[in-house]
Amino acid sequence: MSYELVVGLETHVELSTNTKIFCQCTTEFGGEPNSHCCPICLGMPGTLPKLNKKVVEYAVKAGLATNCKIRNLSKMDRKNYVYPDLPKAYQVTQFDKPICEDGYITLSSGKSIRINRIHIEEDAGKLIHERGDTYIDYNRGGVPLVEIVTDPDIRTVDEAVEYIEQLRLIMKYIGVSDVKMQEGSLRCDVNISVRKKGEEKFGTRTEIKNMNSVNFIAKAIAYEFERQVDILESGGEIHQETRRYDSDLNITESMRSKEDAEDYRYFREPDLVNIYVSEEEIKKYKAELPQLPHEKLNIFINEYGLPKDDAELLIKYKKVAEYYEEASKNLKNKKLASNYILGQIYRKFPTDSEKEEFNISIPPKYLNDLIQLVESRKINSSMASNALEKMLDSGKAVTEFISEKDMEGIDENTLRELCIKAVNENQKAVESYLGGKEKAFKSIIGYIMRETKGKADPIKATEIIKEIIGKI
Amino acid sequence: MSKIKQIQNLLEAKEISCVELTKKYLSNIEEKNKEINAYVNITEEEALKTAKLVDEKIATGEKLMPLEGIPMSLKDNISTKNIKTSCCSKMLKDYVPIYDATVWEILKKQNSILLGKTNMDEFAMGASTESSYFGVTLNPHNTNYVAGGSSGGAAASVAGGLAAFGLATDTGGSIRQPASFCGLVGFKPSYGSVSRYGAIAYASSLDQIGPITDSVEDAAIVYDSISIYDSKDSTSVGSKNTSHDKLNSSIKGIKIGVVKEYFEGLRDDIRKLMEDSIKVYQGLGAEIVDITIPLLKANLPVYFITACAEASSNMGRYDGIRYGYKTDSYNSIDEMICKNRSESLGKEVQRRIMLGTYALSSDRYDAYYKKAQKLRACIRRDFKKIFEECSVILTPTAPTTAYALGQAVKDPIETYSMDICTVPANIAGLPAISVPCGLAENKLPVGMQLIGNRFEDYKVLNIAYQYEKETKDQNRSLWQEVEV
Repeated sequence: MSYELVVGLETHVELSTNTKIFCQCTTEFGGEPNSHCCPICLGMPGTLPKLNKKVVEYAVKAGLATNCKIRNLSKMDRKNYVYPDLPKAYQVTQFDKPICEDGYITLSSGKSIRINRIHIEEDAGKLIHERGDTYIDYNRGGVPLVEIVTDPDIRTVDEAVEYIEQLRLIMKYIGVSDVKMQEGSLRCDVNISVRKKGEEKFGTRTEIKNMNSVNFIAKAIAYEFERQVDILESGGEIHQETRRYDSDLNITESMRSKEDAEDYRYFREPDLVNIYVSEEEIKKYKAELPQLPHEKLNIFINEYGLPKDDAELLIKYKKVAEYYEEASKNLKNKKLASNYILGQIYRKFPTDSEKEEFNISIPPKYLNDLIQLVESRKINSSMASNALEKMLDSGKAVTEFISEKDMEGIDENTLRELCIKAVNENQKAVESYLGGKEKAFKSIIGYIMRETKGKADPIKATEIIKEIIGKI
Repeated sequence: MSKIKQIQNLLEAKEISCVELTKKYLSNIEEKNKEINAYVNITEEEALKTAKLVDEKIATGEKLMPLEGIPMSLKDNISTKNIKTSCCSKMLKDYVPIYDATVWEILKKQNSILLGKTNMDEFAMGASTESSYFGVTLNPHNTNYVAGGSSGGAAASVAGGLAAFGLATDTGGSIRQPASFCGLVGFKPSYGSVSRYGAIAYASSLDQIGPITDSVEDAAIVYDSISIYDSKDSTSVGSKNTSHDKLNSSIKGIKIGVVKEYFEGLRDDIRKLMEDSIKVYQGLGAEIVDITIPLLKANLPVYFITACAEASSNMGRYDGIRYGYKTDSYNSIDEMICKNRSESLGKEVQRRIMLGTYALSSDRYDAYYKKAQKLRACIRRDFKKIFEECSVILTPTAPTTAYALGQAVKDPIETYSMDICTVPANIAGLPAISVPCGLAENKLPVGMQLIGNRFEDYKVLNIAYQYEKETKDQNRSLWQEVEV
């Protein structure tokens, strides 16, 4: 009997507002422990929260970018639980009136993953266990989050991975989060169940909490699927529980069962007033949304004529995609710009985070200038590649490395004389070429390029040499 | 009449220096506080420092700000930077805040003279100041009785001549009831008109800061200064009208609502005083109309469910980890938190945490908390309707005079029920004032309460003020002149 995987994801995305959700403290990652704190985010007695308006804007934008309906009137609630990283002993979140509802993200297969809700909440601090002691760092406490909850629509590990990658990209593109998984600014709770294929009823689910690596999420889902199937196959039953993924052993293990689940005693946060978002504001935020990654992807493929693989590589990093758009402006062959970026330029940015940052020394205009010269055949590709290397090292424009004279190239008469000379001095190569060795031709061209220090147009030279050899 | 104005006149006329005045109050405190226990912390140094500043200012001939140089007290649940703020709990007995409450920030800027922090029921949960970790406050009128609560210390500080006015908090009557018990004016402004920032929360949707004073005029002067919009408090609205200018409007033809149920079963001597008050208003040209509060009986349960639910959440932060009481020995973090709380929070506080936790638990939520919130909305709506007809509602502030020592804690349910007159104003966020209206047969003061429409604080103050003007001679014994 074959089983089907059913997964729902709850994704916490830290919003990149300058200040925390309820106070003026910075949201910057890191810093000396407890240096980004004030009486408000420490929940000192008598302090009151004041909702950061940017948080509402960002949450609405996250909702709009994922096709959600926006509530004009929502409110904040308290979720009560005791843990030392939560200084008020309650988390301010949204319970029954989330700001966004009923959205979806479409996967490349065309399948939609429904988004049940997006709500606003505050992050907690962090416990640090060291030398047998436990310390608390509240720097992260009060950093704004949105929690994005899907319906249980995901059926494979690949779908889960693609959903997270897409969500990550969308949040990055619309500028509401840095979504740095390694810094915990995107974390997932994964709900997993299995059922026999064809069955409608969902199986009992388990939840794996607090995952911040796509790789581990994929592994954990795969492991948990096998585990649940094994239990059912051997006649057992699944218990609703919270589990933890151990990445060293690649297993999941039980944390607490449903019976131990806390009663959060949600109730309206009396210290905050209702959140109103008018239709005008929604319109304004919608207008402010940039092109989303899948929109860019379509344009790159359909209008720019890029192969799908190239387009996907380019949109993977917002800064790269934007750079490419600038660098490919007015080019006849927009793929040329993509080739330079994905090839020569990408070699300078080997890691993921370097591509993410994409601190390139030259503005896209410079790359565009260079490619224009190639397109108009003023310089050849090897000259272009040499120049680009120097441009990237220095941050200077193409005119610094290629002079007017270089661009003039070699006039046809000079080139013809050179070609005759090349044929005369490379008889062996000519013979092998004539004998059917295509490769030998390259050494003749190589001779010309050497003699002209790369200035000759190799295509033109090829034509002339073939003409000369044809006469022999 | 106005003690605050009287003091400022004396200061500006240089009949007494602010330092001398402050020392006078401090020596009164020295003499009397041991007995009545109004203050739990006396801030002598701070007071004299500010007094000196005020004297320097007077020397330049500059005009004083409305509360400048006025010796006053703060209830010990109002956060004061570098000054202990204990909420009269063992949990916070050594807690020193690192920030100022907005009201204290305002008074500080005005160079008000803080004499000290006043006693209260632990975390403001109580009606007699007997749940204070620092012991009960005695009523200056008769020390066999309590000063009321939870702001018993604030009321006693003013009634005993140990402060010109006190700032306190009122969640279900904690300003008005002790004011009534001590023969003073206690004003709970509209919810939202005075910033709650820095008032250590008991029940956030009900708490409100207000003054306890000798006279309505003083209450208005203090209210004018503190009813300012505060961006730190999301529920802050401030006040558009300065009440003090409005204290002299005629009340001829206004309608005053009287609720029959409040008079049924009321002690004869208190009812007599209420009826006298009504007559005073009739004499001033007001029309008395009988009204009913349709859900009057629901008010107490709505109040206690809401207050305890919010309290159970607000009190969660006192785990003794970052500040507060810490137990000696423990084996785990859970045990530590449990012991920190159990060993330092008093019985009444624990009771309300338990009640609130129960009312919010998922199995009981619909039956208690949710139902209470629905009723609360109905109660607000009913009041709105009442105020379409009436300017204010007149009630006794409390069905009794001050409790004898030990009486209130004997039967907590009975004591809870005594809040029936005061809690509706908190539930509906309305302004309400308690004004002295004479002495009961036991020679203890009785208070009359006026409740007004939301944000019509000035109207309530004016109607109270007209009464005070009319009755000042007969109630003279309750007021003390400033002695120079």
